[in-house]
Amino acid sequence: MSAGLLEARGARAVRVGPVSARLHLRMLGAVLVAAALLVVVVAVDLSRGSAQLGLGDVVGVLTGGGEAGARFVVTELRLPRTATGAAVGALLGLSGALLQAFARNPLASPDILGVDRGAAAGALLVILAATALPAAAGPLQAVGVPVAAGAGALATAGLIYALAWRRGVEGARLVLIGIGIAAALQGLISFMLIGARLEWAAEAVRYLSGSLSGRGYEQVAQAGLALAVLLPVALVLGHRLDALVLGDDSARALGVGLQRSQLAVLLVSVAAAAAAVVASGPIGFVALLVPQVALRLAGSAARGRPPVLLSALLGSALVVAADCVGRTGLFFALSNEVPVGVVTSVIGAPYLMWLLVRRARGRTV
Amino acid sequence: MTATAARPQRRPGELHHDPRGTRRRRTLLVTALVAATALAAAASLALGSGTVPLRTALAALADGPAAALRAGASESAVVVWQLRVPRTALGLLAGAALGVAGALMQGHTRNPLADPGLLGITHGAGLAVVLAAVTLGSDGVLPASTTVAAALVGAAGGALVVVAVAAGGRRLNDPLTLVLAGAAVTALLASLVQAVILADATGLQAYRFWAVGSLAGGTGDVVALAAPVALVGLVLGLAGARSLDLLALGDDLARGAGLRVGPARLLGVAAIVLLVGAATAACGPVAFVGLVVPHVARALVGPVHRWLLPVSGLVGMVLVLLADVVGRLVVAPAEVPVGVVLAVLGGPAFVALVRRRRLVSL
Amino acid sequence: MESTRPENRLSARGIRLGYGDRVVVGRDQGLDLPVPDGALTVVVGPNGCGKSTVLRALGRLLRPSAGQVLLDGRAIESMPTRVVAQHLALLPQSPTAPEGLTVRDLVGRGRHPHQRWFSTASAADDDAVGRALAQVGLTDLADRVVDELSGGQRQRAWIALALAQETDLLLLDEPTTFLDLCHQLEVLDLVHSLVHPPQVGQGGRAGRTAVVVLHDLNLTARYADHVVAVQDGAVVASGTPAEVFTEELLEQVFSVRARVLEDPVAGGPLIVPLPARHAVVLPSGAAAPARATDQTTDQTTDQNTDQTTDQNTDQNTDRNTHPLTAGATR
Repeated sequence: MSAGLLEARGARAVRVGPVSARLHLRMLGAVLVAAALLVVVVAVDLSRGSAQLGLGDVVGVLTGGGEAGARFVVTELRLPRTATGAAVGALLGLSGALLQAFARNPLASPDILGVDRGAAAGALLVILAATALPAAAGPLQAVGVPVAAGAGALATAGLIYALAWRRGVEGARLVLIGIGIAAALQGLISFMLIGARLEWAAEAVRYLSGSLSGRGYEQVAQAGLALAVLLPVALVLGHRLDALVLGDDSARALGVGLQRSQLAVLLVSVAAAAAAVVASGPIGFVALLVPQVALRLAGSAARGRPPVLLSALLGSALVVAADCVGRTGLFFALSNEVPVGVVTSVIGAPYLMWLLVRRARGRTV
Repeated sequence: MTATAARPQRRPGELHHDPRGTRRRRTLLVTALVAATALAAAASLALGSGTVPLRTALAALADGPAAALRAGASESAVVVWQLRVPRTALGLLAGAALGVAGALMQGHTRNPLADPGLLGITHGAGLAVVLAAVTLGSDGVLPASTTVAAALVGAAGGALVVVAVAAGGRRLNDPLTLVLAGAAVTALLASLVQAVILADATGLQAYRFWAVGSLAGGTGDVVALAAPVALVGLVLGLAGARSLDLLALGDDLARGAGLRVGPARLLGVAAIVLLVGAATAACGPVAFVGLVVPHVARALVGPVHRWLLPVSGLVGMVLVLLADVVGRLVVAPAEVPVGVVLAVLGGPAFVALVRRRRLVSL
Repeated sequence: MESTRPENRLSARGIRLGYGDRVVVGRDQGLDLPVPDGALTVVVGPNGCGKSTVLRALGRLLRPSAGQVLLDGRAIESMPTRVVAQHLALLPQSPTAPEGLTVRDLVGRGRHPHQRWFSTASAADDDAVGRALAQVGLTDLADRVVDELSGGQRQRAWIALALAQETDLLLLDEPTTFLDLCHQLEVLDLVHSLVHPPQVGQGGRAGRTAVVVLHDLNLTARYADHVVAVQDGAVVASGTPAEVFTEELLEQVFSVRARVLEDPVAGGPLIVPLPARHAVVLPSGAAAPARATDQTTDQTTDQNTDQTTDQNTDQNTDRNTHPLTAGATR
């Protein structure tokens, strides 16, 4: 058999000892383009603001030099925010890519698994506890709230998974149950908000609307750590996902432990979304939109499911760009900042309409 | 046909059923429901953070509204007329409107998971009201007519999206896709509301009212305007009952049976818009009534819309009133808005519906 | 009952299967199904009889509540899924490929049981994919998107996926449903050639063992080496097509009154259903009476039915002397 016959168009097998993988040129190109886009967007974001910096200054600071004033603006004021945005965006993109592959539906999104509501509910619970026990308020708030938010997100996803279990989990049922639980949680959250005192309510609202303002290196570390752990795991899971997307029966016929693999995929997806919510509050539409864009960019090199790495890169770029727009009030010419969650929603709307119309016309996306 | 044993001949097409018995059963059910509604209304009048004994409440009712406005009117009379009667009236209005709208939606989309709240129609109405409050209102207060009008426009917009999605045919109309699309649209609309509020803080006044559906904030004039709109919607909906039965078979079969599908759909959508717009204008976005009520009604009287629609209205009234009463009692003297109670109860109900092997399909 | 010969690599012994509380297969006594090696076994039966259920149990997709499925002497349940997938390939009903997947990628998934996450494109993998594509005749279409293929081509691509697994055992659940007749024949020809390869020298592979669930009885009769007829979750008959497809069985299991004739092309049984109500006008111009008159005659002896209907049967077949149908009372 000649190797030429067996090679797919534009793909090369890379073999080093026992390790082998196939590199698709189109995927490589797409990843490079996305990475370049991310770099550009980050640079622009770091340069724009009330103190306008030139791109050259930004590059200077990032490469270690730059004058003191620029360095302050970049490293103290803007970089933490931008870095958080990039990490959050990557987490959201990765989460969405995994979930859409699992559910085999381009409309699936981790927000639907009630992750953001769970986080808000968890945070609110701790905040209410702090209201009731003012003595413990200090430590509760500092450590408790983010932990509770993360725990709340994971617990909600776990509840939904358990409820969707019926001799196995079907993607469709999981998503539908997620919507029901999310709606119920929303009601509980509204109820808790009524009960919480006003000062604490402001803190709680942070978990209800996504925003990158005031994010420091603490959030960068949180989100960055989560990303560093979850992204490699997601990439490794890609092999199993390739079998899972063929359908439950085919996957099992190929020797994939179905429940185990599904659980792993869901766990990583939810953990990524939870980490993102804890860092920045819920930023909508990124996890919905980005995987499909990545899929389209990669074309047949995507091999049937939204590519994980590409989704992460595009997610980063999107969130940073949206935050730049919102922060500088570019489009609104407002004195107020527009939270990044609102900007992504405004971008997300026409995309969603287009997606629905396209599906209606019979062109499966 | 055969030369074998003679068998009692059935006339072709004769079904083994007892029409008179079924009709009797249905009438009994409807009567029971009407009684239940009256009971719920009575509970709504009597119960609350300050319990008014039923006799006193009824006496106050009999005295008429003027008695409550007179100086020296009894506290009960004031409570009953100023607070409870508008609340109960709102509950009846919203319950009937949303129950019937839900049944209509499930019938037209042929989707057992359709609900005006889940599919974003109520949020569309809410967004329109907030926008109107910001652009047309003074300090976030709108004249009642504008509120109702805005809610109707918003509901129409939301309904349009749903119809576009559901009309996409088989590909779009599986329960999962429709609900997912609805969830996304709802999320979108919610963020847009936030965006509007951020741009103009006066929207916050209106927003707070809209964030959670409640029977408490209805002013008399909004109710007075919303009620006739809802009534028109009800009439339109009931008028289309027979065509809904045909549409349940599929557009092609319905056309084959002589139904003009386009006008029938239009009538249904108009009814939904009027009903949802009126209810949302009066109470804010209330979800799950439209989802759960038709399933209950279908379990009681079957899928024939001539019965299903009125029964959905009745069940809706009972549900909303009871949810409101629960909300008033659970954390007295504070109050849980009816929208919250319904969400907390409706979410698990939705989950239970999904978990059942076979959703009660139309 | 069939004796379970030790040399069957795959067999079901005394299995009972069900969904929830509902027992579908093996209600009264467990179902036995030894799969003869190196043969094409077809499982037939009316809708809801449990044939797909049995196949899924053989493929380890369903766990029997009683009895076992044995693979090479070991209970299949005790073997890790991955190991089973290296010996047994299963093509489920109506498989769906995700959009945008090329044929080559789809077939490549078949290598999954032999791969690890860090080794997905070894030389062995590529060779197996190439061989599989060649065997199904899709090498030229390897870079086309699966959705763009015809029904028959798509099914062949899925079969190539199963082939890329490089297993000796193939299970196919209704591979011909929803396909045009020409594509049905295409698929069955392929499966037959996999079980009985024309030249043993092709890549050194000897014939495989295949179990297929089919609906069409005449195609079954044409292609099967071994037929298993299932009704109500129990095996009613098994053997060669000629042994299994008798008029009694057809009536009993499939509720079809039919003549079983000799297939003029392939020699096996050819099932020709009898008309139900109306008379049929034959080329000779004489009308054949409808089945109704048959009911007045003795149903268990062929001679009586011969008398009333044979006067007008198709002149091409001479039923009275054919070994399969003359006086047959089985």
